[in-house]
Amino acid sequence: MSWIPAVESALNAAVRAGTPLLYGTLGEIYAERSGVMNLGVEGMMIVGAVVAFGVTLHTQNPWIGVLAAALAAGALALIHAFLSITLRANQVVSGLALTMMGLGISALLGKRYIGTPLPNSLSPTPIPILCDVPIVGPMFFRHDPLVYASLVLAPLLWFFLFYTKVGINIRSVGENPAAADALGVNVYLIRYACVFFGGLLSGVAGAYLSVAYAPAWIEGMTAGKGWIVIGLTIFSMWSPLRALLGSYLFGGVTALQYRLQPLGVSPNLLAMLPYTFTIIVLLVGTSERIRKRVGAPSALGIPYVRGEKP
Amino acid sequence: MGGRLFGRSPKTRLVSGRPRKGEVVVEMRGITKRFPGVLANDHVDFEVRAGEVHALLGENGAGKTTLMNVLYGIYQPDEGEIYVRGRKVKIRSPRDAIKLGIGMVHQHFMLVSPHTVAENIALGLSTAKFFLPLREVERKISELSKKYGLRVDPKARIWQLSTGEQQRVEILKALYRGANILILDEPTSVLTPGEIKELFATLRRMAEEGRAIVFITHKLDEVMAVSDRVTVLRKGRVVATLETSKTNKRELARLMVGREVLFQLEKSPARIGGVVLEVRNLQALNDKGLLALKGVSFKVHEGEIFGIAGVAGNGQRELIEVITGLRRAVKGKVVLLGEDVTNRTPRELIDRGVCHIPEERIRTGLVPDMSVAENLILKSYRRPPFSRGPLLNYSEIRRYAEKLVSEYDVMTPSVDTPAKLLSGGNIQRLILARETSGKPRLIVAAHPTYGLDVGATEYIRRLLLKFRDGGAAILLVSEDLEEVLSLSDRIAVMFEGEFMGVVDADDVDVEEIGLMMAGVRRMEVVENVGDKG
Amino acid sequence: MLGIRVRVERRAVTPTWLLAAASALSVASALLAISALFWWYGVDPLLAYRRIFAGAFGSTYGLLETLVKSIPLMLCGVGLTIAFRALVWNIGAEGQLLMGAVAATAIALFVPGIPKPLVLPLMFLSGFLAGAAWGVIPGVLKAKFRADEVVTTLMMNYIASELVNYLVYGPWKGPEEWGFPYSSKFPKYAWIPTIPGTRIHYVTLALAVASAAAAYLLLMRTTIGYEIRVTGGNPDAARYAGMNYFRTVVLVMLLSGGLAGLAGVGEVAGIHHRLRYPSGISPGYGYTAIIVAWLGRLNPLAVILTSILFGGLLVGGDAIQVALGLPIAVVNVFNGAILLFVMGGDILTRYRIRVEWRRGR
Repeated sequence: MSWIPAVESALNAAVRAGTPLLYGTLGEIYAERSGVMNLGVEGMMIVGAVVAFGVTLHTQNPWIGVLAAALAAGALALIHAFLSITLRANQVVSGLALTMMGLGISALLGKRYIGTPLPNSLSPTPIPILCDVPIVGPMFFRHDPLVYASLVLAPLLWFFLFYTKVGINIRSVGENPAAADALGVNVYLIRYACVFFGGLLSGVAGAYLSVAYAPAWIEGMTAGKGWIVIGLTIFSMWSPLRALLGSYLFGGVTALQYRLQPLGVSPNLLAMLPYTFTIIVLLVGTSERIRKRVGAPSALGIPYVRGEKP
Repeated sequence: MGGRLFGRSPKTRLVSGRPRKGEVVVEMRGITKRFPGVLANDHVDFEVRAGEVHALLGENGAGKTTLMNVLYGIYQPDEGEIYVRGRKVKIRSPRDAIKLGIGMVHQHFMLVSPHTVAENIALGLSTAKFFLPLREVERKISELSKKYGLRVDPKARIWQLSTGEQQRVEILKALYRGANILILDEPTSVLTPGEIKELFATLRRMAEEGRAIVFITHKLDEVMAVSDRVTVLRKGRVVATLETSKTNKRELARLMVGREVLFQLEKSPARIGGVVLEVRNLQALNDKGLLALKGVSFKVHEGEIFGIAGVAGNGQRELIEVITGLRRAVKGKVVLLGEDVTNRTPRELIDRGVCHIPEERIRTGLVPDMSVAENLILKSYRRPPFSRGPLLNYSEIRRYAEKLVSEYDVMTPSVDTPAKLLSGGNIQRLILARETSGKPRLIVAAHPTYGLDVGATEYIRRLLLKFRDGGAAILLVSEDLEEVLSLSDRIAVMFEGEFMGVVDADDVDVEEIGLMMAGVRRMEVVENVGDKG
Repeated sequence: MLGIRVRVERRAVTPTWLLAAASALSVASALLAISALFWWYGVDPLLAYRRIFAGAFGSTYGLLETLVKSIPLMLCGVGLTIAFRALVWNIGAEGQLLMGAVAATAIALFVPGIPKPLVLPLMFLSGFLAGAAWGVIPGVLKAKFRADEVVTTLMMNYIASELVNYLVYGPWKGPEEWGFPYSSKFPKYAWIPTIPGTRIHYVTLALAVASAAAAYLLLMRTTIGYEIRVTGGNPDAARYAGMNYFRTVVLVMLLSGGLAGLAGVGEVAGIHHRLRYPSGISPGYGYTAIIVAWLGRLNPLAVILTSILFGGLLVGGDAIQVALGLPIAVVNVFNGAILLFVMGGDILTRYRIRVEWRRGR
């Protein structure tokens, strides 16, 4: 059965490639569930990538790098939160502006790191026994700690969202903020917190790219992953568990891309795959039938003002 | 905007001990609240006592809801003070109000539609622990439910409930938090006459227990039926506070409006002509894909007003949308002047003389950022003289706009003013002007006077009668039963997508209509009420 | 006892002069904020700005180059204005521009048998159509399937970029270009004439200014423009008035995609005279055009001015990039910061501060 190792390797690659998407999507799900659309994910991811790289290089500790990345992206997210929530600005334009800034700042900051190797990257630590289970073993248990963390984080975030008091506050704020406000829930605080949290996770996603996945700094290394996250958020119907499915599906497309290349297919045509796939995924997620059963949070993208008529 | 980033509020201590009956539990002194361009509350003094039902009466726009929103912490007063149980308090947000034992049932329900009853009631509970204690909440809801006769299934999702049941959830929300002061804002607009009776009984029971109830309304019958005292607001000021037993409808009406009010509109006898609109066995789905219109058939003639009464949410919206081309019919026909127009586009219907006075006047009817003139041609921009081929003719458009503005008394600085700056009543006039200035054959009016003051309401009703006398056919859908009764020549009652019965306005009986609104068909009603033939 | 009370109130109407002043102040504030970044990077901000403005407006060469860079910005910006007015968020101008470039290249190099005088006009036409087609696809997806156009247009950008890469590294690579990702140079009759002594390809410039005027007339004086504005102002009202949403969305995407396509033709036939790797054709014109349109308050005539402003910023950016060793992407920092500050400034103009004297308690 000589094809098994190939399959195992492909599945492993799929999970690795899907992990930054998973982190980004989990964060965006929380932001959108609270009613705020964050289109700045691409910018936050790439800022996370460059900060993680630089800090890891200087402190020789990748975990500090990841932490710094999360905080940097979170700071950007707070700017978006301020514009969208307090100033009630147009959320599409605000997110776009932040993405542009993020891309530019990361290019600036990262210039000195181009071509620099990273000695203290996060390397895979296989989990004994489990990692030898055929097919499933290499798929899930031969990764670096950030992947394991994401596998644990997704169900945790799902549980938190649907079965805790704060979770229902978040969901209510996204569906009907006036109702939540009338019962004393602090709409602004929840939205700020969720957007900030989304930023933190975007930063981790970017950090993963530069400190574990590549590991390296390349200008523009996110290559649109932040936008794919937006599509994935809709596809996952704002559920952290379904985000797992979507992210790994995408990871699979990326893995496929690299495996088809040696067969002579043009790398550029293959590179189109994830983006085309995103459009398809978006269509599937948006189609009317699905909308009727699970829709976007009703108040998504609409700023809230106490006392204003709907 | 003004205020803090996070909306944190200072701690407020609860006053302990049950209030004695008659004790003043809430006193508002000199409350003043301004919005850009309008003084909503002008040095208002208002107090409520334990054990009473206190009605807050006034027309739309008099400031009643604003005043109670101040009490509930949704607005901050510009001037004035609030005392709860004798202690001066600052209510900075609903959280403070809830801590003080104040609960509010809003006119537009504040419910999260996809969540369950229990999840809605549990929302924001400060006593709840980290993990949602849903089972405990459900149990307590059942208890309260039984105690006050507010039957509702804690596990049901809000979108599955009728409006009456949703209102019960709202009341339970307040009771669950131990509200001793309960504010209800226009609670009866979504209830059938039978449900209204039940509500009043529940309120009286709560008052007996020593709670204080504030009942906001603009309906005089209700004031007389359920309240102990009544405070009348007019244009933001308190006009009088009276004991209900010592006053009557006529006096209250005069206080409310400031002049003698005619209760009956003069309506000349109908001169009915040919059939303009015929609807045959019409069926349509609602937004959720469920059947909302289950086979409705009727005819509307020239010179008549055909009114459809019923609590909102029973298919009226879907019916209007099918007739005006905004929704697909899945079965049945719509025939206009002999022509089958089922599922034609709105434009084709407009071209055939169908006018639509929309329900949510700002949302559907108006482009707020565009000028008055540009809004006035929303339906007719494609026809000469407003456009020649692809080009718009602005001088013609402006001339037309100026003519309409003066004819319909729309108060605006100029026809180039952005429409969003107009007041509610003027916006409705603008829409009316736009809709009715052609020679409409069929006018479809959906809740046309909702939220308007007495002056605007009278104007619109007179206008509808004028068109009816001029030979137009009018389909009137309204939640306001009084409006339907006073304007229509024939009345149908709609319940769950079907007509329960059609009656002549001359032999109407409110009790009969009330039963139909609650789902009892006319034949059964006649049997129940006794032989009325 | 006297007291001062300061209150923040919402304005009813925001006067135009205030908006203009706010915009100017916002841009200035953004530049100020960016100087912090310069300082952190070890560059003297004053020096940097002096270089930028000198580079852009301080010399004849600079001014001319500013005009050159303003051409694609104007074309894309006008197109985006039309789309944004209908609330269709076309973020895909970059990809539509590239497709226009591809189509022009096809005509110039790979379609035989076209009479020489017809080549340039055909390049413009095909560029417009290619950009329009690239834009219509997400438009249809939005109008028919309610697919979010921000994501779809962005994805189309990446796909277009990869397509160009594929072509210039593969089948369209010029045989004489040895490993450079370039197509062959266009024949002279496929070059857009320029004003002698400059790089200004005036045909495209004329098209750009004409399109701005045409777009203004379209939006403000025609029935179609009226429909576009109503659709963007209140989509429910548009539906209720019987306007065809599908047609409106497809039309605005057609127009904005086509105009961006024209920009692509201009770059490839007027400046480079060949097809190159994507960032060699457009350093993000499609994205910068978003701010050009936004700063112009979605008025096509104002876009003429804002595109020149941003053209100048790009030229100045080039100047310091080389001099100070900054990466090209730094222009994104400017774009993003200016956009953020303009947004903030706009919102602040919605309110006014009232100071009152209070007497009494």
